[in-house]
Amino acid sequence: MNMHSLILRTAGNFLLPLLLLFSVFLLLRGHDEPGGGFIAGLVAAGAIVLYVFSMDIASARRLLRVDPRDLLGAGMVIAVLSGAPAAFLGQPYFTAQWWEFGLPGGGELKLSTVLIFDIGVYLVVVGAVLTIILNLAEAED
Amino acid sequence: MEIVMALVIGFLYAAALYMMLRRSIVKLVIGLVLLSNAANLLIFTAAGLVRGAPPLIYPGDLVPPGVSADPLAQALILTAIVIGFGVLAFAVVLIHRAYEVVGADDMDKMKDTDT
Amino acid sequence: MLYAILSTFVLAALAPWVHRLTGRYSGWVLALLPAALFLYFASFLPAINAGEVVILVTPWMPGLDIQLSFLVDGLSLLFALLISGIGFFIVSYAGRYLEKSRDLGRFYVLILSFMGSMLGLVLADNLVAMFVFWELTSVTSYLLIGYNHEDLKARKAALQGLIVTVGGGLALLAGIVMLAIAGGSYELSEILNSGDAVREHALYLPLLILILLGAFTKSAQVPFHFWLPNAMAAPTPVSAYLHSATMVKAGIYLLARLNPSLGGTEVWFTVLALFGAVTMFVGVFLSFRSTGIKSVLAYSTVMALGMLTMLIGIGTETALLAAMAFLLAHSLYKGALFLVAGILDHEAGAKDFLQTGGLRAALPVTSAFAILAALSMAGVLPLFGFVAKELMLESVLGAPGLVPLLALLAIASAILGVGVAAIVGIRPWFGPRVETPKTPHEAPPALVAGPVVLASLGLVFGLGPGLAEGGILAAAAQAVNGGVPVDAYLALWHGLNWPLAISVLALVAGLFLYSRWERVRELLAWVDTASRYGPERGYDKMMDGIIGFSDWQTRVLQNGYLRFYIMFIIVATALMVGVTAQIFGVSVGPLAIADLRVYEMAIVAIMALSALFAVLTRSRLGAVAALGSFGFTVALIFVLFSALDVGITQILVETLTVILLVLVLFRLPGFLGLSPWWVKLRDATIALAAGGMVTLLILSTHSAREFDSIAQELIEWSVPEGYGRNVVNVILVDFRTLDTLGEIFVLALAAVGVYAMIRFRAEDRR
Repeated sequence: MNMHSLILRTAGNFLLPLLLLFSVFLLLRGHDEPGGGFIAGLVAAGAIVLYVFSMDIASARRLLRVDPRDLLGAGMVIAVLSGAPAAFLGQPYFTAQWWEFGLPGGGELKLSTVLIFDIGVYLVVVGAVLTIILNLAEAED
Repeated sequence: MEIVMALVIGFLYAAALYMMLRRSIVKLVIGLVLLSNAANLLIFTAAGLVRGAPPLIYPGDLVPPGVSADPLAQALILTAIVIGFGVLAFAVVLIHRAYEVVGADDMDKMKDTDT
Repeated sequence: MLYAILSTFVLAALAPWVHRLTGRYSGWVLALLPAALFLYFASFLPAINAGEVVILVTPWMPGLDIQLSFLVDGLSLLFALLISGIGFFIVSYAGRYLEKSRDLGRFYVLILSFMGSMLGLVLADNLVAMFVFWELTSVTSYLLIGYNHEDLKARKAALQGLIVTVGGGLALLAGIVMLAIAGGSYELSEILNSGDAVREHALYLPLLILILLGAFTKSAQVPFHFWLPNAMAAPTPVSAYLHSATMVKAGIYLLARLNPSLGGTEVWFTVLALFGAVTMFVGVFLSFRSTGIKSVLAYSTVMALGMLTMLIGIGTETALLAAMAFLLAHSLYKGALFLVAGILDHEAGAKDFLQTGGLRAALPVTSAFAILAALSMAGVLPLFGFVAKELMLESVLGAPGLVPLLALLAIASAILGVGVAAIVGIRPWFGPRVETPKTPHEAPPALVAGPVVLASLGLVFGLGPGLAEGGILAAAAQAVNGGVPVDAYLALWHGLNWPLAISVLALVAGLFLYSRWERVRELLAWVDTASRYGPERGYDKMMDGIIGFSDWQTRVLQNGYLRFYIMFIIVATALMVGVTAQIFGVSVGPLAIADLRVYEMAIVAIMALSALFAVLTRSRLGAVAALGSFGFTVALIFVLFSALDVGITQILVETLTVILLVLVLFRLPGFLGLSPWWVKLRDATIALAAGGMVTLLILSTHSAREFDSIAQELIEWSVPEGYGRNVVNVILVDFRTLDTLGEIFVLALAAVGVYAMIRFRAEDRR
């Protein structure tokens, strides 16, 4: 699966952290601007797939540290649990909960179960795409 | 614009179904890709086509300026695209597996379960 | 009340552990629950006898107007007491009877679940809840008949019972819905007060037929009686409980329950009285010519069910009281006798009356109470069976019509009934000692307790009929009579009258017939031949037919050619849409052509051409590349028409799709030219027709919009409710979270599926 291209290799090395950072940015701003868990997850997965093409699968797996399947499970658990706070407050499951914190310097930080759910979506999308592509690529070798 | 889209989507459906009626499994996969895209476009067109008015709200506003596109259809299609990818991957791998077992990509040779 | 019923299911779930913990005493331990329930239900007695009706409501599906409401009146309380009371003896009995069975734990699960279902059935006030419990009893009955699941006959009998009762259950469901329409409510307590509205409703006849189908199949009326004797393949405690004392009486319960709103019409009387009387006679006739212990008892249960149906059909106040009295009497003596049958099997190994004789000395206690129960069955003074039978004969003679026919059948049944009682009460105990398969010895207390108590109650109620009447029966008859107290009473001695004369005649003639039992059976040998053409034959034919039909349609429709499946689906859909469009007319909305832009046309043209190329090319790489180009034009369309998020997603997924296809497709062989030109032409025609249909559908959507889109609301809520300015994302993660959760679950599932397929292949190679 290695393309043996120096340009691709260099680009892959540089682009990966940028793309991953960009995906987190997309995830966090998704509630207000285009983005969100699905898109961010696809960008992150795409970044790692690009890395696979430029390097090889083994180093991509080393880089990931966790098996993508674990991301699947973790994402599902996070998504399901994000509904729980509402249940404890006696509201229907998945009713959104918001917490706002004032930041030093006048800013404001919005935290919510909605964001937690979106993180779950993000992890499931990354996990699913990588599980599929990495296993297929390995099967080919 | 709706009429053009309607004609094109009809054509895409015809192309997809024609491919799905072939005996070669590879063509079946191509038909599947065309069909899921055609279906997304169908929902998109049925919800109404609006130019340059995404369902985004400016900071500080309560609603988008003027008429905006239907966000519900977009949400449905967005997830459908991602799921479509998952299902396509599943189908493709399943077909590949079947090909390995049967050793033929002619679907007529796959009609028995005892191979 | 809800907890009372739930407790049985909870205990059912725990039963295997209880069984493991308590070992051979598990029967007694588990029987504590029915005993407690019996006391709980008994605590309602004072209120009910004072004429009250208790209704307890728990909301269940408020949106559908379905609630768990319970109706406690004389009728439901009588059943609840019988179910829990006899249930106590059955559970304790089973602990001993099935001691050696490997699956005793499973048995407890089923029998307790059944008890809960049956209690729910008789106590439910809501028709839908009642129906759910009704079906649950059918299902648990199926599992209990098939308890010995390694026995082919048991499995077959279980399936037969299930198909007959659930088939009737389907009819009942339709009938219930109609009844709710006619009566204006799903609550029994309200329907019972709108009897006139129901009887005059246009749906009265169809709903009556459907409900009667449900009741007749459940209560084994001719011609559906055949499943009940076969159900005797179940362990004896099950036969005693389900197929004599409780479940088969569910149909009777339903008839009695609905008597106030359905009864009183000519049809009701004719159908019930006729079917009931014929069932009564057929049952007792077949009972007299059987020799298997359980099948004699089973057929005589058919007779009892027929008699109850007939009495409810006659519907006079005397008849209703007679029905309630006979219901109680029958449950007591038949329960006892079935348990005795189990003892004969367990302690002497006898399954057939011909294998028994002279066992009185070996089983002194059992025989004494078996004879007592048999006397009640025969209707001998001073037992409770006598009281009930006198009242039954009196009702028949006072029926509103068909008196000669009903009387003839009733007298014949009474005579044969005495004969059957003699088989049960004389044959095993008196006369010369017959060698039994096992050396007989007296049964342990757990087995004898049921017969002793139940048979004794028959004597107590016989000597003091007022006890039973004042205790519950008057209130039960009142409930069946639509809340009006019945003008009839139970008495041991009604004076010298026709019923008494018939009883005496029946006693003498029945004993005479019994003395010629063997001769009579020889004379009746032709019945075996005839029964081969009976309703059971029809059932077998129907089952064969169903299997044959599914064979045929599987061969035709599931022929293994995927493309034919697809073709069927396409053509059927196109036809249905076409026909619908023909009927309702399709108006194609205003076609705006003025707003076309050149660049949009170009994008759409590239899209169509890419798709066409993907179809026509013979190169796989070409096809994949064409698909890629196609996908990106689709993304452009999304972006141009205000769907930014969708467009971005489409571009990303399209990239991954191309990678995926490249990874897999090249491990498959190239395209093959497998079809001749005329097949291609045919497929192209079908595909284009379907495509044309889609085009038509899209064009008609704008004029066919019946409701306003909820899009505007979603947009307006987005900021104030969802704290988000990207409406699409707010919908995905806030407004419709559960949908999205389902979708990522599908995605996860697909990924795991891919993983599994690849991994298992690797293991195959090893």
